[in-house]
Amino acid sequence: MNKKTQSKIELTGIYIIFGIMSVIIIYPLVWAFGMSLNAGTSIYSSTIIPENWSLVHYKWLFTDPNSDYLNWYKNSMVVSTMTALFSVVMTSLVAYAFSRYQFVGRKTGLYTFLILQMFPAMMAMVALYILLNLVGLLDSLTGLILIYVGGQIPFNAWLVKGYLDTIPRELDESARIDGAGHMTVFIKIILPLAKPILTVVALFNFMTPLFDFLLPSIVLQSSENYTIALGLYNFINDQFANNFTRFAAGAMLIAIPVSILYLFLQRFLISGLTTGGTKG
Amino acid sequence: MSESINTQQKLPGENKNYKPYSRKNHSPKVATILSVIFAGLGQIYNKRYVKGMTLIILEIAFIVTCGDFINLGLWGITTLGTIAGMDHSIFLLVYGLISIILIVFISIFYILNILDARKQAKMIAKGWQPPRMMDSFKAGYDKSFVYLLTIPGLILLVFSVVLPLLFAISLAFTNYDLYNSPPKNLLDWVGFDNFVNLLTVPLWKNTFFSVFSWTIIWTLVATTFQIALGLFLAMLANDSRLKFKKTIRTILILPWAVPGFVSILIFAAMFNNEFGTINRDIIIPLFGGEGIPWLTDPFYTRILLIMIQTWLGYPFVFALFSGVLQSISSDWYEAADIDGASRWQKFSNITFPHVLFATAPLLIIQYTTNFNNFNIIYLFNEGGPAVRGQNAGGTDILISWVYKLTFETNNYSMAAAISLIIGLVVCTFAIFQFRRTNSFKEEGKI
Repeated sequence: MNKKTQSKIELTGIYIIFGIMSVIIIYPLVWAFGMSLNAGTSIYSSTIIPENWSLVHYKWLFTDPNSDYLNWYKNSMVVSTMTALFSVVMTSLVAYAFSRYQFVGRKTGLYTFLILQMFPAMMAMVALYILLNLVGLLDSLTGLILIYVGGQIPFNAWLVKGYLDTIPRELDESARIDGAGHMTVFIKIILPLAKPILTVVALFNFMTPLFDFLLPSIVLQSSENYTIALGLYNFINDQFANNFTRFAAGAMLIAIPVSILYLFLQRFLISGLTTGGTKG
Repeated sequence: MSESINTQQKLPGENKNYKPYSRKNHSPKVATILSVIFAGLGQIYNKRYVKGMTLIILEIAFIVTCGDFINLGLWGITTLGTIAGMDHSIFLLVYGLISIILIVFISIFYILNILDARKQAKMIAKGWQPPRMMDSFKAGYDKSFVYLLTIPGLILLVFSVVLPLLFAISLAFTNYDLYNSPPKNLLDWVGFDNFVNLLTVPLWKNTFFSVFSWTIIWTLVATTFQIALGLFLAMLANDSRLKFKKTIRTILILPWAVPGFVSILIFAAMFNNEFGTINRDIIIPLFGGEGIPWLTDPFYTRILLIMIQTWLGYPFVFALFSGVLQSISSDWYEAADIDGASRWQKFSNITFPHVLFATAPLLIIQYTTNFNNFNIIYLFNEGGPAVRGQNAGGTDILISWVYKLTFETNNYSMAAAISLIIGLVVCTFAIFQFRRTNSFKEEGKI
């Protein structure tokens, strides 16, 4: 067969593959959405296109006094914003130091960051629990935030430092010749140029606590302090409340805004990662 | 020599209150020894009175406030308490670790101080004049600015990452479990007993090897699948003949955009044996019978987990590769066309190396992340179904096993021992890989 037909067949093949992928991707999500519109509580009696659809679950989440959903939303937002904020501040300072200055312990510090990245958080779970208990920060959002900010330092400092390395030193030097001190160079020159990577750091550190399940399940004890991930999990994990449809409603409320956000910003995130880590 | 320098010239910023004395006899050795004995004495010998007094006060303050604590800590960590019921082994362990960290910090500070006194003594013997207080403050700020930047981060890092790690490592060498827990009982250091048990006691041995081997298979297969799928789709989506590129890309990225734990729980419900939509709406109508025992047969659960992880993980790789593919200039391909290269040759000699080079570190991170991918294993089926002869579930990976040991059976010491093994495996693998890949070698001038 000639080239043109071959090309047409290939193209059709490609579209078919994408079609299959789309089905695989979209089916679970649509199914869950359909579930959330079902009035019943168990999966058995629910169908993907409900006979009498209702928003009863959504209403329950917002209005029922037993529902801490809004609390969870608020908690998650607080934790995520604070983590993002403090991470950016801390990481930019540390990365600036490593990128621009030669000092005792610099190389050691960098290798330590690399190694610390590898250890699973799980290793330290018991320790964190006991330590937070000692300091009285158990079951508090502050304790959670502190651990998140501290724990992200190795990875993000490495990332930002890589990016800062690509900012030419001539800019620093000309600023210093004009009489700028350390902080001035940092604030007026480095920070504005580092905006792309710092945005990535802020986004990462906003997203990660939002859906982290392990750490909150250890630190947070009382229901009104839960974050979204923890609260939703308890919907279907609790022995007394095996309520998938309610879970689906709660999940949709958080999944949809976040997905839209992610889709918007994914190009940013990816380019930030590749710029910082490669010489491509 | 020194006389002519100190009496004739008045340089700007010179310390007018500084009374010259015979500096030829100023001995760095004396300054060093004095500083070793007590911080600040060396500075006083150097006639830096304010600096010296400050250091003396600092050292006294430190000894007064932390001395007792450090004493307790060191005793605590070596003995883990001697009176059951009164001494709390865990607290003693933590105090001990904190004391050790404090000692390390203070030693560094102490040594720097000694070196500083020694250096200044040497310079004074050569005729240097110490600057006035204001100037030395400015110089101090200049030199220590870096440390001001990093110290807060360092402290936070030490207390939220290093300390817990050390604690977890120490736990691996104690005998802390449900039946032997403070404050009622005391813990003891048991050396490598836990590790020996892991490899010899049948229950532990079987569980360990089966969980470990599944973890490795899981990591390799799931990650390779997701990377391969991501690459495959990226190549397809990059085809110049394709239309609706943006829509296609958006749909393909969806699994990543939807929060992971939501998707996993949705899948768990979908594949439920009796009520799940897959069995109910697809398999039974098409093939009849009872449907496939997705969640009760370890084999199917494992396959499912790998598939789901591929679903969850490929978009990130896809987006990554798409970005890189677009940055490969078409000159390469044109040159290859002129040379008559086949499609496979173009892929393996141009596309593949390029892509690998640009993304190698991130791909390695995919493997290490999947090795410890607690979320999917635990949320999907809690690591089950249960399997005879071992105390972990059929799909447990090392880290979910550790979780169960910690929070369900409270066997903290074994959990810590296994965590240590996880850490070592991941560490060695990652360091080894990092050193090998080109990208890191080029970045070698850290």
